[in-house]
Amino acid sequence: MAEPPELAANLVQLGERMVDSTPQAAALGFRLVSVEAGLAAMAVPPDDKLVGDPETGVIAGGVVTTLLDHVCGLAVTSKLLESGVFSSIATLDLRIDYMRAAEPGREVVARAHCYKLGHTIAFVRATAFDLTEDDPIATAQAAFAIGSPGRLE
Amino acid sequence: MSDDRAARLTAMLESLPYIRFLGMRAELAGDEMTAILPFAPHLIGNVVLPALHGGVLGAFMEMTAICQLGVHEPARRLPRTIDVTIEYLRPGRARTTYARAELVKLGRRIVNVHVEAWQDTRASPVAALRGHFMLSPISPLPAGEVETR
Repeated sequence: MAEPPELAANLVQLGERMVDSTPQAAALGFRLVSVEAGLAAMAVPPDDKLVGDPETGVIAGGVVTTLLDHVCGLAVTSKLLESGVFSSIATLDLRIDYMRAAEPGREVVARAHCYKLGHTIAFVRATAFDLTEDDPIATAQAAFAIGSPGRLE
Repeated sequence: MSDDRAARLTAMLESLPYIRFLGMRAELAGDEMTAILPFAPHLIGNVVLPALHGGVLGAFMEMTAICQLGVHEPARRLPRTIDVTIEYLRPGRARTTYARAELVKLGRRIVNVHVEAWQDTRASPVAALRGHFMLSPISPLPAGEVETR
């Protein structure tokens, strides 16, 4: 999807800000992979301090949860930006299915698609994988509330 | 028995790097565990409010479920998460968060767990989690069967 150059630059700026200026995202080492209106991808590099099972060295499910929540948020805000809206958003619910363990030592990538943006609710699907998207670690489905003023993210 | 449980819980909390990253602790009353997540600046997801990252709340509740299962099933390895549904009820403020897990249905292999997280008032939870977890076998795996995690 080709966006006007100005929108594309603003989207990248939005994505960079979400990974650099959010303390938890920075602490986990999140990296922006790509962002278009309604489509976003982020990655978390392997890190010993994020291991959830010391016997296997597999990354904690909670890190994948946070990555999925974060990338879903960017998918929504990028779609809002395309419509010229600057509302705050908040996760209402997040459902995650874990297909398999991540390979230890591999970067985990999550890709999200905001497939419906309403006035008050946005719906998002996301997939986390460590090699190819057709062999997912986890899939997610989320709903976000848009623009409850002053309270929500 | 209760000393064993407490020792196992302490060992579990100390051995998991991600639990140390979160700064999560836990206390036992008999077999009932209360998980504690003291506030720390790196847990923030929204700097304006400020509020805890939704992923942190989800992760904290998932670890609460796993640790409560560890207390209940001391002979097994860590359970594996099958699925979770996280409901966000209120912004998680910049203060200590608590969570308790209820093992709603303990099957032979699959357990249904409900978790609630709160801050000042237990009756006003900030988030809830419902999830299914796969129990690891107690005895060593039969030949030819491969454990994936």
